Amino acid sequence: MIDFEIPEKIAGIRNVVETVAVNMMRPVSRYFDEHEHEIPWDYINFMHTATRAMGGSSMAASEGKKEGPRFGFQRLAVMVEMLSWGDAGIYLDTPGGMLGSAAVSATGTPEQKERFLARFRGEKPTFDAMCMTEPHCGSDTASIRTTAVLDKEKNEWVLNGEKIFVTAGHKALLDSEGFIVVWATIDPSAGRAGMRPFVVEAGTPGCQVTNMEYKMGIRASDTVTVVLQDCRIPFENILGSPEVITEKSSTSFKGAMATFDATRPIVAAQAIGLARATLELLKEMLAERGVTIRYGLPRQKLTSIEKDVIDMEIMLRSAWWLVLKAVWMMDNGKPNALESSMAKVRAGDVVNRITQKAVEIMGPLGYSREYLLEKWFRDAKISDIYEGTGQINRLVVARQLLGYRSSELR
Amino acid sequence: MYSFEPSDEQKLLIETARRFATDELRKAAHEAEEKKEFPLPLINKGWELGILHASIPEAYGGFGERSALTGALAAEEFAYGDLAGAFAIGTPSLFALPILLAGSEEQKKQHLPAVIAAEWKPYTAALVEPAFDFDPNDLKTTAKAEGSDYILTGEKTLVPFAAQAEMMIVFAKLENETKGFIVPKGAAGLQVQEEREKWMGLNALPFHRVKLDGVKVPASNLLPGDFAPVLDASRLAVAAMAVGVAKAAFEYSRDYAKERDVFGVKVAQKQAIAFMFAEMATEIEAIRLLAWEAAWAIDNKKEDASQKAYLALTGAIDMAMMVTDRAVQILGGHGYIRDHPVELWMRNGRGFATFTGLAMV
Repeated sequence: MIDFEIPEKIAGIRNVVETVAVNMMRPVSRYFDEHEHEIPWDYINFMHTATRAMGGSSMAASEGKKEGPRFGFQRLAVMVEMLSWGDAGIYLDTPGGMLGSAAVSATGTPEQKERFLARFRGEKPTFDAMCMTEPHCGSDTASIRTTAVLDKEKNEWVLNGEKIFVTAGHKALLDSEGFIVVWATIDPSAGRAGMRPFVVEAGTPGCQVTNMEYKMGIRASDTVTVVLQDCRIPFENILGSPEVITEKSSTSFKGAMATFDATRPIVAAQAIGLARATLELLKEMLAERGVTIRYGLPRQKLTSIEKDVIDMEIMLRSAWWLVLKAVWMMDNGKPNALESSMAKVRAGDVVNRITQKAVEIMGPLGYSREYLLEKWFRDAKISDIYEGTGQINRLVVARQLLGYRSSELR
Repeated sequence: MYSFEPSDEQKLLIETARRFATDELRKAAHEAEEKKEFPLPLINKGWELGILHASIPEAYGGFGERSALTGALAAEEFAYGDLAGAFAIGTPSLFALPILLAGSEEQKKQHLPAVIAAEWKPYTAALVEPAFDFDPNDLKTTAKAEGSDYILTGEKTLVPFAAQAEMMIVFAKLENETKGFIVPKGAAGLQVQEEREKWMGLNALPFHRVKLDGVKVPASNLLPGDFAPVLDASRLAVAAMAVGVAKAAFEYSRDYAKERDVFGVKVAQKQAIAFMFAEMATEIEAIRLLAWEAAWAIDNKKEDASQKAYLALTGAIDMAMMVTDRAVQILGGHGYIRDHPVELWMRNGRGFATFTGLAMV
């Protein structure tokens, strides 16, 4: 039965998160935008304490419950949308497991999940990160050069390589006892079949944060370079079952892709939150200046601003339902590779169109740092880039629609 | 609780409607358009699926209760087969739904059973006016009270089956509000232009200009209820049909592009084309969900249902144009030839900006 009503339990959490967004994020939005590389500990500590008090590891979507309807990813999407409505940069500093944990959840064994994810329930806020991109390759993930060589004598993996654009890498490795998930190849000649995910814990010798980026937006979130130099990790830190580890197959590459099926709608939800914030503020600013939007009129009778705002509303609303459908499918065990990429394509588009138009409409007020519109415009751009650019996601969508393998649609 | 899965009953309906659309409507579409006539037996066959009947309660001769959502699901499938066919089969709804939604108890009892009789009969409605800034909430056709009668004056366009219709609902402005009036065939001052109107698409259907030159109807012919739910029902139906047409155009051009050779590969293997498909499919799904949300809001009597229906249609107008245009583009020169259906879908696609009032669910 088709239903667009938010489940009661999620609505309750949404209200709580809204309070956090209003009181703990918005007031410091500008500060952390202008003080890049400072860490919003007040927000982080609050979120960690609150999450512990509620008895969960908050951002991790997996639920133990086996029967009845599952809401995990829907709840997560709603929370992320609201936090990002508060501040898209600060949201990325939320402790408790993000992309790295998603990879562990999607590809790890039960033992690994316990070993790596338990830390998020500890006393101190803890972070993780995912390391995929390298200086020479981004979307073309199968070309990574970071190597993992097995030292059979010591039963250890030796990692060598350089990873860039690691979101929250500083917090995962230096500000907490977290971990990073490093994608490396066990056979550089094998392409994607050689790719494997490895967990490197904070404090591991040979793993160094060498650079922090200065960015256009989401400045409250750290983006770092991680260099792995003869970095030794236990054999058991390769994610997945033993067969996956020894066989040269693309199973684990598919694991990476499965991770994306789960994470893309969440990144899309982040875009939607930011887009909603922008549209709400735009309407507010317009209303203060005597401009209201006359819904229901034919286009021919609308002013240009009204047309723009109504189009924004359509884009925002429809993109949000794409996101929710993708996570709803996730919760219901339906394959959602197509839907999750569609949601990401659409949300990445929409947030940029909305923030760009909003700045344009408000003119000098939009361009001014007195208001948050210009910041959100800058924050928005990343949504069409990370976790798969709009273009790579269009490829993923198109392959699904057309029934092509990547070799057939390059 | 969020769910994006139709009920089992709705799934069955979708399947039935899709089969009819694919096996019958789609196959008849080209000839109907070229011959400028939609075969009546096919209209009746669609009528027998009982979509409207299922919206009318037993008390008035039907066997169900109106669900805008179910109606929208069916409308998408019919339009996926052929838009002209979908409009033709649904034309009696243009008369029945305003009465169901805004009519008095007597009006419902008097008219609904006749409309949903066994055979399809051309009951219709006149909403659209020949003006670039036509606004259903600010009509130029007026109704004025005169004693115990109303006098209707104005001009309507795009009235389907007007020349044959037993009765029609005429929408007019009464004291700044849009209201529906039941106007019987042959009423004094009712001038239905004999010659059919000519449109860019929908040539299979007879549309007529209708002039109201002081048409007098008794007060009992006024539909007392609000116009808003009627307009919502139409905007939703048209939005759902836009999704259906877009889906047809998407699928046809996709299948073509997977067959067509170019530079040693299939044309669908070119990113320039493949990206178009990704965007078309994403847009179609986005607007479909928006239409579903509007339908759900109508069925659950949400306060902002009207706004949602408006947004759904406004989004659907752009989506249908974008998708049908690209379908023609993907077929290239072949898309421009009338042997392929995509050019018809593109002509129909532009029409969604104008079709409010031609369908209701």
